[in-house]
This record gives sequence, structure tokens and C-alpha cells, in this order.
Amino acid sequence: MGNKQTTFTDEQLEAYQDCTFFTCKEILRLHSRYRELAPHLVPLDYTNNPDIKVPLTLIITMPELKENPFRERIVETFSEDGQGNLSFNDFVDMFSALCETSPRELKTIYAFKIYDFNRDNFICKEDLQKTLNKLTKGELTPEEVALVCDKAIEEADLDGDSKLSFSDFENMISKAPDFLSNFHIRI
Amino acid sequence: MALNHTFDLNHPLLEAGLESPVNEDTVHDSFSQLIAEQSDNEGLSDAFELQQLQRDLDEEGQDNVVRLSRRRHDDRDRRKHQRNEEWEDDERQTDTLMGEQWSSDTLKVLSSMPSRTIGRSRGAIISQYYNRTMQLRRRRQSRPSIRDFSRSARPSIRGYGIEADITDAEGVEVSKRDRLVNNLQNLSVSDRVRMLRAMPLSVAEKSELRRLALQKERHSHSGRRIPCCSQLKYYIIIALRHSWYSWLSFLHSLQLWQVALKRVSGRFGTAVLSYFLFLKTLLFFNLLLFLVTGVFLVLPQAVHPPLLLDGRRRFSGLELLTGAGYFSDTVMYYGYYCNYTLHRSCRDNGGEPNMSVSNGTRLDCVLGHLSYKMPLAYFFTIGVAFFITCIILVYSMSKSFGQSFTIDKSHSILAMKVFCSWDFKVIKKTSVKLMSENIFIQLKELLAEVSYKSVQNTTCQKLGRLMVHGLAWAICIANTAACVFGVCRFSEYMHQNLQQSSRADLAAKNPLLNEASLLAVPVLVSLINLLLPGLFNLAAWMEDYDSPSVPTYVSISRNLMLKVSVLAVLCYHWLGRVAADPESIGLTCWETFVGQELYRFLLMDFIFILLDTLFGEFLWRLFSEKVLKRRRKPVFDIARNVLELIYGQTLAWLGVLFTPLLPAVQILKLFLLFYIKKSSVMMNCQAPRKPYRVSQMTTIFITLLCFPSFLGASVCVTYTMWSITPSTSCGPFRELKTMFQAGKRWVEELQKDNPNLSALAMAHAYLVENPLFLFVGAGIFLIVIYFHSQVVDGQRKIINLLQEHIENEGEDKKFLITRLQFIHEQNRTHTRRVKSQDSSC
Repeated sequence: MGNKQTTFTDEQLEAYQDCTFFTCKEILRLHSRYRELAPHLVPLDYTNNPDIKVPLTLIITMPELKENPFRERIVETFSEDGQGNLSFNDFVDMFSALCETSPRELKTIYAFKIYDFNRDNFICKEDLQKTLNKLTKGELTPEEVALVCDKAIEEADLDGDSKLSFSDFENMISKAPDFLSNFHIRI
Repeated sequence: MALNHTFDLNHPLLEAGLESPVNEDTVHDSFSQLIAEQSDNEGLSDAFELQQLQRDLDEEGQDNVVRLSRRRHDDRDRRKHQRNEEWEDDERQTDTLMGEQWSSDTLKVLSSMPSRTIGRSRGAIISQYYNRTMQLRRRRQSRPSIRDFSRSARPSIRGYGIEADITDAEGVEVSKRDRLVNNLQNLSVSDRVRMLRAMPLSVAEKSELRRLALQKERHSHSGRRIPCCSQLKYYIIIALRHSWYSWLSFLHSLQLWQVALKRVSGRFGTAVLSYFLFLKTLLFFNLLLFLVTGVFLVLPQAVHPPLLLDGRRRFSGLELLTGAGYFSDTVMYYGYYCNYTLHRSCRDNGGEPNMSVSNGTRLDCVLGHLSYKMPLAYFFTIGVAFFITCIILVYSMSKSFGQSFTIDKSHSILAMKVFCSWDFKVIKKTSVKLMSENIFIQLKELLAEVSYKSVQNTTCQKLGRLMVHGLAWAICIANTAACVFGVCRFSEYMHQNLQQSSRADLAAKNPLLNEASLLAVPVLVSLINLLLPGLFNLAAWMEDYDSPSVPTYVSISRNLMLKVSVLAVLCYHWLGRVAADPESIGLTCWETFVGQELYRFLLMDFIFILLDTLFGEFLWRLFSEKVLKRRRKPVFDIARNVLELIYGQTLAWLGVLFTPLLPAVQILKLFLLFYIKKSSVMMNCQAPRKPYRVSQMTTIFITLLCFPSFLGASVCVTYTMWSITPSTSCGPFRELKTMFQAGKRWVEELQKDNPNLSALAMAHAYLVENPLFLFVGAGIFLIVIYFHSQVVDGQRKIINLLQEHIENEGEDKKFLITRLQFIHEQNRTHTRRVKSQDSSC
């Protein structure tokens, strides 16, 4: 950076470091990654917080997300308008929640949102069906999917309303030691 | 009797019961305010809801209860087609539940249940706050669409109360934000940062909160007319934070192999990544060891080289393999280190005040100058290095245990598989495909397991299986025993060979051949290490196990058995045969010889790993691709490779006493190994097909590194220090009976020079020399570990109990809801009857 054009002011960088799990270098790298997605759209100079959003179709071309079956859901979850358009802040937010150091609680919250396809604050059967179809690329037969959904909900549902509330989800996640290492994208 | 039983929802007791979050959250006192405020809204919103309910239900509303009831509609429809099992047992009640619209009272109770309000999680509260601001903002932008609303799918379930808010929404939101800002402001700087980071808000919102908090802080500071010293403090804190961040980013840039690790994990997922992370951990252990020995042993000795009697030997090239010859008289080995006090220039701060007997050394500094006592330094450096390593190992082991600590209960495996098995790191297309196939297969297996709970095996089958297992184990044990015996005999034979050659003075005739023959034992051992695991795999191939994780454990235990027994035999060979009678093979310095042996073993291990990589992975891939025309690539065997790393590390720990520079060799080896393995894996292997429980395996490997590996090495080193007589003509401990006496002598000298220090000598005599103390120390350590494990066990039990408790609560809730609904129904029919009676009258 130095005597080249500055991307962020020190103040901004400090705010980012306080609010995310990234160091200042990583923020700058994230910015360059963000800019790569739409070079004509995203300016180098971010000191005046320009209101620019990169659409979902461009975001999911990132190699980190390209092959992920949940890519649209991830991007939608973190976009402020819910359509999948990410501002730089949302972009940073996304990778901050998915980075190695973010705590289990935060990861659980966002994982819940990602799996909650219809956004009704519960993971119900339809959500599970969608998750399963994405996970196995539609290899399971509908009967098998239904069976897995029933069983999974039965296992994790604590209050017997046959859908998973956040507390059910949290309780289930707390028993899965691999969740933390799996719910992690290296940037 | 149930008829006159009415549920008074405004009853204070009931109200208090419903608002359990307040009680629960006394810990997060900074948030209890928010929660309390939320509960305050309840009364208002409750009233509002009821009105809302009485209005038309399918009005587009953000009220949660409305959504809830709508969902109930859907549920009901669905349940007409497929009956939910859990309701089936109380069919009668189910009918009343399903057949009728939920009564508003039931809905009210349902919506204020703690599980739906999640008052416990502070993150949820914050996110709820965020939801509301988002909604308000959107409303202000006047584009209220359902889609917009529901995206704010932060897991706050109780979305109601918003309509009530709307009258003075602005004010409420502002005050809420103020409260949040106040909370932030009251925290210390590090707490604030931690909390900001963990908030499930968007960065923009967070930085706004942060800005406000900072502004307020500054404002209050300036408002209070703070004295300049606290202003100074404030600036110092800011400067410190600045430097802390730059230090962090510096540290981050030091992180090794960031890109390479990302590529590996992107292609192969967490399982293969764990091997490379383990390698990295070992590298840091060795770096630490190297730093300690380098700074305190190698550097001082290299600055003051001792006088060598005979000239340097010629460098022939074979030394790189054998470590002998040219390298013998260098800082690499024990024998080079001197047993006197190094006098340093007066500015240096060495170790002890100069009061030692200097055995004919350079006395160019007059008395009073600082000096460095080599034997003592040697003794304490090795001791401290082992101690630090031990502490780090135990710490990382306990941390790893904590992370993988789970209650192994069979339930919710399927749900866990669905939600937690996708590895978000993986970015390569074929690996993604493999992973989804893998998950598919696992799900099918689990389903099969669920549907046919357990297939009973006949006794005959069981017996047959047992016999096969027994046979496989017998083969493995017999082979291991044979190999160990072979190593024992062969090393004895080589030892005798050496004795003969030293007697006949053959060494002078053909020194090169003689040196090369030293390589025979390491080659044999490495060959065994390379070939026997293949045989074990063959034996494992004929057994079949129910669970996919058992074969991994079996293979680990067999490999471990082999490596431990081979190392035990070798240790016996070095410490029992060589050290007991060094003159018989013409050695003046057996420590150097053992150090060289360890160097050779380490190097041979490396070379054989390379060969294995070349033949086992590269050529095998070529063969199977070109000749067998198979599309499959070999699978990277994580367990075996990690065990090889552990074996190498044991050698390094064993050798550090005799070869202070062995950690440097190990660092070099690991460094090269990383790149070789990485490129080999990238080129030749495919992602593993079998499921692999990463965190559990990592814990096991760390434990193995600690228990047989490190503990074994430190026992050997301690034994050498305590009870083996060091060589009389070389090394820092010559003229001593044991290495350990270096400390004793030092204490005696101290006492002689300064009688006041006699207490120290007493302490030394009683604490260090007395084996009882060691036993007591080890005993205390074991007791602490035992207590720890007991505590963990207790916690596990408590968690189990709580889990049961939660399940029971769920049952209770179900029961209460049906009961409530039932009472409501009865009430209604009763009033209807009364009404009809009225009308008939």
C-alpha cells in the first residue's frame, strides 16, 4: 500500500479488525479478491464507503464457493437485501463467520440460517429435503429422502414440534466435534 | 373438575415462569436489561396478538404467531397424508389437536415458550435487535415485501411485538441501540472486541456500534475533564493496540504454508489436511527444541571451540549418510562439548558467577568476569527443553480432548451427518463429487442400520469371525516378534563385528567400508518399518469389521506395537550393550556413537519414506493407470503416515541428548517432507473414500505422540542421565560418575564458596538426588491427571442427565399443550351448550 493509492483509511482498517476475525493484511486481500470479481464495478478507493454491491452470479464464481452446493444459500444469508447482492461489508462478514477463529456460537447461528431455506426460522422437512438433495446431488430416492428427514428430525427435535428450532439445532451441533473444522472456508 | 379450571395467563407466577430467560441469564448481566425490556414488551404485544388473531389470519403480517398458525395449517394438511408417529399414540387427543384450529390461548402459550424465545443466547437477542432495525429501515424505504422481511432469518423466533413497537418504533430502536452501545462501552477493550466479533450482525452495523461506543467514551472522557494522565493512558492504550495489531499481522505473515495448506484442503478435505497440520505441529516442536539447544549449547560452544588433539578428518561424502567421520568432532555431537567453564567477555551475561575450577582453559578474563559452565548448561538445557515440550504436549493434548469431547450417544447421528458432514473447505470438483458420494453411501448405511436395527449373527458366524481375528492378530504378532528378534540378533552381530574389527584393527585398512557397514542396522529397521505395515494391511484385509472406524484403530495399534518394540530393542542395544562396554568396540566416546546411530536412523527413515512415496504412490499410480487401466488413484493412508512422523519424532527426542543438533536435522527433514508429500498427494492420490473422524483421530495422534513417544524418549534420556556412566575422555560430563552429578557438584561448590547457601545444597540433595522426590512428583502428576479425568467423567454424566432432562421437558411440554387444548375444547363445548340452552329458553 504505502505511497500507492490507499484503499482504506487507518480508521476503517481498525474498525474492520475490531469487528471481524481478520488482520489488516487479510482485509486488504479480501478487498482485492472482491475487486477481482467485478473490476469495473468495485473501486480501489474505499475510503468514502461507496455503496456498491456485487450480484450473486458473480460472487459464486469464486473458486471457494464455485463447487459448494450451498453457495447460493451462503451468499443470500450474508447479503443485506436477501437477494444475494453482497456489498464489501457483507463479503467480509461472510468470510469472517466462516473463518477458522470464529466461535462455535457464531458459526452455529449462520449454519442454521444457511440450512433454513425458506427462512421461517425453523428447519422443517422441506429445508431438510433441500439440504439432502444438495448434499447427495439428488442421488437418494424420494422415499429415502423422506425417511432420512423423518429420522433426522426425530433425533434432533427436543420439543416434539417435528421441526428444528435454533435451540434444537444448537444442541445437535454441540455434539458434533467436526462441525467447527468443516464449517470453515479458507480464503 | 377441569371445567372451572381456567388458565389465567396474566397470573404473575405463570408470567414469571414463562420468562425464564431472565432467571437464566443472570450471568450475562450486561444483557439482562435487553431481555427485561423484551419481556416488558410482551404484555403489550400479547394483547395485540389476540386482536390480530381475531382478525383475518392470512393477512400479510410479520407477527410470528400468525406465521405459526399458518404453519399449523400446513402441518395439518400434510399430516392428513402422512401421520406423524409421535402423535399417533394419543390418537384421541391428536384429533382434537389437529381437527380444530389451535385455540388462541394455546398459541399464546406456545409462542412464549422459552425454546421459542431463546432468551438464553445473547447472540440471538442481538440478532433480534438487528432484525428489527433492518425491518424498520426497510419500512422506511417503503418496500415491504415478504421476501424482504423473511430474509432476515436470524434465528430469533419471537418476531412478535414488532407491531406494538411500530407506534414508537424509532424511539425504541434508538434506545435499544443506545443500550447496546452502553453495554459495549462498559466492557474492557479486549472484551469489547471479542464481543463485537462474536455478534451475528453485519460488519456495517458492528462498525456503527463500535463508532458510537468509541464516540461516547471519548465524549464522556472529555466531558468529565479528565486529567492529562488518563488522557495519556488513553493514547498509550491506543498505541499499544496499534502495535498489537501490527504484531498480529506480522505473526500472521509468518504462518507457514498458508497457500499450500489451502490447496491441500481444497482438494482432499479436512482428513488429509490433518496430516499436514500434524507435520506442522512437529516442526514447531523441533523448532523450539532447536532454539533452546542452539542458544544455550551450540552457540556458546561454537564461539569457544575446544582444542582438538587430532586434526579434522577428511570429508568424503559418506558422512552425510552415516553422520560419522568428518562430523564426529563438531558441535553436532556430545563428544565435542567441553567440561570446563567458558569465560566470556565481560559484557556478556552468562550463567553463574565465576567461582569454578577451570581445568586448564583460557583464563583471559580475570576473576569477577562472567562465565558459562558447560556441564551445568548441558544438563539444564536438556532438562528444561524436555520440560517445556512436556508442558506444551500435555496442554495441546488436553485442548484436543476438550475439542473432540462428545457424549457418544447413538442418537442424532443422522441429523449430524446431514448438517455437519459437508466440508466447506473442499473446492475441487472431483473431490466435491466424491464427498457427496461418500455422504450418500454413509446415509444409506445409516438408514439400513435404522431400519434393521441389528442383524443377529449365529454363534457359528461369530466363532468363525473370532477365529479370523485371532488368526490375523497371531500373524501380526508373530511377524512383529520375528522382526524384533531379527533386529536384536542383527544388531548383536554387527556389534560383535565391530568388536572384532576394532581388535584386529581392520578399521585402518578400509575405513569407508567400515563406515558403510554402520548403515546396515538402520537400513534393516527402516525396511521393516516399510514392509510390515503392508503385511498388516494384508492381514486386515481378510478380517471384516462391522464399524468402519475399527479397522483404523486396529491398524494403528498393530503399527504402534511394531514401532514401540523395535525402538525398545534399539534402546536396549544402545544403552545396554554399547554404553556398558564402549572400549570393546574401540570407542572413546560412546555418546557420540549413539548420537551418530540416531542420526543414521533418522536419515534412513527419511530416505525410506521418500522411497515409499516414489514406489508406493507415484509408480503405483503410473502402473495402475497405464497397465491396469484403472481410473482410481491410490488413497493417502493418513494413519500410517502420521505414525511414521511420530516414529521419526521419537528418534529425534531420543537423540537430542547425544546430538544437540538433531532437532535441526529433523526440521530439515520435516520441511522437505512437507513439500514432497504435498506434491505427491497432489499428483498421485485421491480423496479418501472412507469416513474419517478428524478431530477424534487428531486427539489420538497427539496422545500417541505424548504417551509412548515422548514419555519413552524422556524415560530413556532420564535413565541415561541418572545411572549411566558417561565417557571418561569426552563430553561435558567426563570425570563424573553420572551426568546428573554436574548439578550436585555445582551445588557443592556453591556451598563451599558461600556457606549461606547450604540450604540450597540441602534442598538439592533431598529434592533432586533423592529418587523418592521424583516418585512423589510423578505421583502427584498422575493424581492430578486422574482427578482431571474424573472431573471430565463427572461432567459427561451431568451432561447425560441434563440431556435426559431436556427430553423429559419436551415430553412435559407436549403433554401440557395437549392438556391445554383439551381444556379449551371442553370450555368451548360447555359455553356452546350453555348458549344453546339459553337460546332454547
